[in-house]
Amino acid sequence: MLLVLGRRLANVIPTLLAVVALVFLLFSVLPGSFISGMNEDGRGAIDPAVMERMRKEMGLDDPLPERFAKYVISIAQGDLGRSFRTREPVTRLIGVRVWPSLKLVFAAMSFAILVGVTLGFVAALRPGSLVDTISMVFAISGLSLSQFWFGLMLMYLFALQLQWLPSFGYGDGGIRHLILPAIALGVGPMALLARTTRAAVLDVLNADFVRTARSKGMSERRVVSWHVLRNALVLVVTIVGLQFGSLMGAAVVVEKLFAWPGVGSLLVDSVFQRDMPAVQGCILMIVLFFLAINTLVDIAYVAIDPRIRYRR
Amino acid sequence: MRKLMWLAVSAAAMLAAAAASAQTTPRKGGTIRMTAPYAASFGSLDPHATPRAQDDIVNKAMHRTLYNWDTAQNKLVLELAKSVSVSGDGLVYTYKLRDDAYFHNGRKMTADDLIWSYTRIMDGSKGFPGARYIRLIKGAIDVEKGQAKEISGLRKIDDNTLEITITDRVEPGYYLFSGTTAILPKEEASKPDFASHPVGLGPFKFKEHIPGSRVVMERFDKFYKPGKPYADTLQVLIMAEAAARDVAFRNKEIDTSILGPAQYVAYRADPQLSKGILEVAEMFTRSLQFNPAFKPFADKRVRQAVNYAIDSDLIIKRLVKDKAYRAVSWLPPSSAAFDKTMKPYAHDPEKAKKLLAEAGYPNGFEFELTTSQNESWGLPIVEAIMPMLAKVGIKVKPKLVEATVLTEILMKGEHQSLISSSLTGPDSLATLRAFYSKTPRTAGNYTSFNNPQFDKLLDDAAQEGNADKRNDLLKKANNLLYDEAPVWFFNYNKAVLAHQPWIHGLQANPTEITHQYPEDIWVDDKSPAK
Repeated sequence: MLLVLGRRLANVIPTLLAVVALVFLLFSVLPGSFISGMNEDGRGAIDPAVMERMRKEMGLDDPLPERFAKYVISIAQGDLGRSFRTREPVTRLIGVRVWPSLKLVFAAMSFAILVGVTLGFVAALRPGSLVDTISMVFAISGLSLSQFWFGLMLMYLFALQLQWLPSFGYGDGGIRHLILPAIALGVGPMALLARTTRAAVLDVLNADFVRTARSKGMSERRVVSWHVLRNALVLVVTIVGLQFGSLMGAAVVVEKLFAWPGVGSLLVDSVFQRDMPAVQGCILMIVLFFLAINTLVDIAYVAIDPRIRYRR
Repeated sequence: MRKLMWLAVSAAAMLAAAAASAQTTPRKGGTIRMTAPYAASFGSLDPHATPRAQDDIVNKAMHRTLYNWDTAQNKLVLELAKSVSVSGDGLVYTYKLRDDAYFHNGRKMTADDLIWSYTRIMDGSKGFPGARYIRLIKGAIDVEKGQAKEISGLRKIDDNTLEITITDRVEPGYYLFSGTTAILPKEEASKPDFASHPVGLGPFKFKEHIPGSRVVMERFDKFYKPGKPYADTLQVLIMAEAAARDVAFRNKEIDTSILGPAQYVAYRADPQLSKGILEVAEMFTRSLQFNPAFKPFADKRVRQAVNYAIDSDLIIKRLVKDKAYRAVSWLPPSSAAFDKTMKPYAHDPEKAKKLLAEAGYPNGFEFELTTSQNESWGLPIVEAIMPMLAKVGIKVKPKLVEATVLTEILMKGEHQSLISSSLTGPDSLATLRAFYSKTPRTAGNYTSFNNPQFDKLLDDAAQEGNADKRNDLLKKANNLLYDEAPVWFFNYNKAVLAHQPWIHGLQANPTEITHQYPEDIWVDDKSPAK
């Protein structure tokens, strides 16, 4: 187990370095800068002398390799720099956004696992039945829906028509404000999980060892819970891990739509305003989250499937 | 019997009067829920650090500047001073400051606070955006360059009297009403966490900021306007998505909302929602800016031809859904130098063809038009003008870029033409200086306009002490500019604020409709946010 963990952690460092370099270079070649973007709302507030001074203060005129070297050294010291926009340390800027983001991502994934795995399982146990058809129509619709449109429909139905839930905002951070954005964010992974679970369970149901178990007279309930569920879970956990890891990045649209104060909405705002330190910090945060979840998934494999442990 | 009837009538009249009074007398208490529609977060709650319209929504509530814009009178008024006297040469202003203005930390404002705040803005190492306004004060540039520690043009006479010497004969109010010149308390603004715990002179004091979600403020009881503000709490809720804002507004979760063209049509058509619409011609002019470095646009006849070839009224009606006013000059109608008799370029393709032929382009020409995605003045508008210009032989090649990049392109001047929205007020002289030949491209003369007659009118206006005469000169300059057509004059933004029936005292502020003075706003008891 420790060896698996060690290997995974060793892989994290080059991945992070590659991400840092890529993001840095990409945003260096993009046209526009934070300073010219200050005039985006047409208020003509930029003064050439101030612009020049700000460029110097922000180090935007330094040569690219120098800026990159400075940035990597700062990151190694745990310093993500200062936001151009708020002039605050990026770590503080992201720090206040992490908890709302985590809440949203966990809630969305909980919804996806609960509904998706259940639907997929029920559909696989009765292939070709009405339940199977309805479940899969539901799943394919979930995959095809735009998060933006679906989020708006949720707002319209549950806030405006039924008056059950607030349509937007963070409120006091409680569950009432969390439900709609979590469903909007979770519907995609839910659909994927439903389809994957169905395929995985069907695959295992047709396996030789299941036939053997049945022929030995084992009850169907025991076959499913003991043999099918555990074996199908490896594939399901893989998808859960991948989806979970990418949800923080995928939350950009939902966070902006529901005015949810997470890392995603900070990222999109920072990109539009070319707040480079904040953009780099947000992407680093999202990648770290992805890598952390994937490491946990690798550990989960070992717990679920002993064969993976022996392979070491 | 008659006595009884008389009594009944009197009682009914009294009740009616009481009801009417209840509707017009501001109610104390309640919560105002305004929206911040321009971005998914606030930049900074330190007013000196940010020039963004979104941030000023909050900053107008927490901070105050020496001057303010009075929407009802459509003019600048003193805010932190009770009176001002001006020297004969128009360069020395002596302000008698308010003696009843307190910061949220309980300390009284004095002349020292103005001096400290203006000096802070000029700290060259900070690059504060308001420096462009304070630079008007004598000696401010020396501080910016690090050659002096104090601004020589600021002199404290006593705690409540401040003398400001300026370098140009202009109205300093146009400079010192900008939110980026707010007066701050030194002991608070010097703290490193000031932006997360702002303290100011405004009617509401800071309570909570959830970045990316909302800012909540409470009534400041020692605010200098007696009886104001009315509301206990002011919430500014971030809602960058128009469709989501629409749902929240209809669901009565917010008291105000900014409408885009599509929503404007829907709200106007709705019998209930149409009762709560506030409109104003904002001081923003949308235009297609010609770069004379591209040969055809160096010819006035070609520029005029473009203005004649485009059916601006049709675009405003069908595409912008009437959420704009046709531009009839560079200055907007709210400007004191606006000429109400001005007539727009007629839609006359034949005249356009004739002008093109005279200019040596009988078969037209092709040009590249840089644009953003903006729904009111970006790509949709470019797509609409393409067939109109094609009819007179002009082929347009659109080049799509992000709005963030537009200014950079304009400053470099490598484009052929560009469509954008420009701030055109409230200072008419400063606005027209964007076409003054001595204004470099990097400082705003994006069309490299050079017309000696125009320059002279501006020079004369700058020297003119009499406001009416100055406005006449600026009016002439503005009209000359319209004839010279350095741009295609498209429209003035019609800003539309939707509001709930229970909110009162909102102002149709032409400088930016989301910038409300919240001390004048109140909510009646029908508001769901008690």
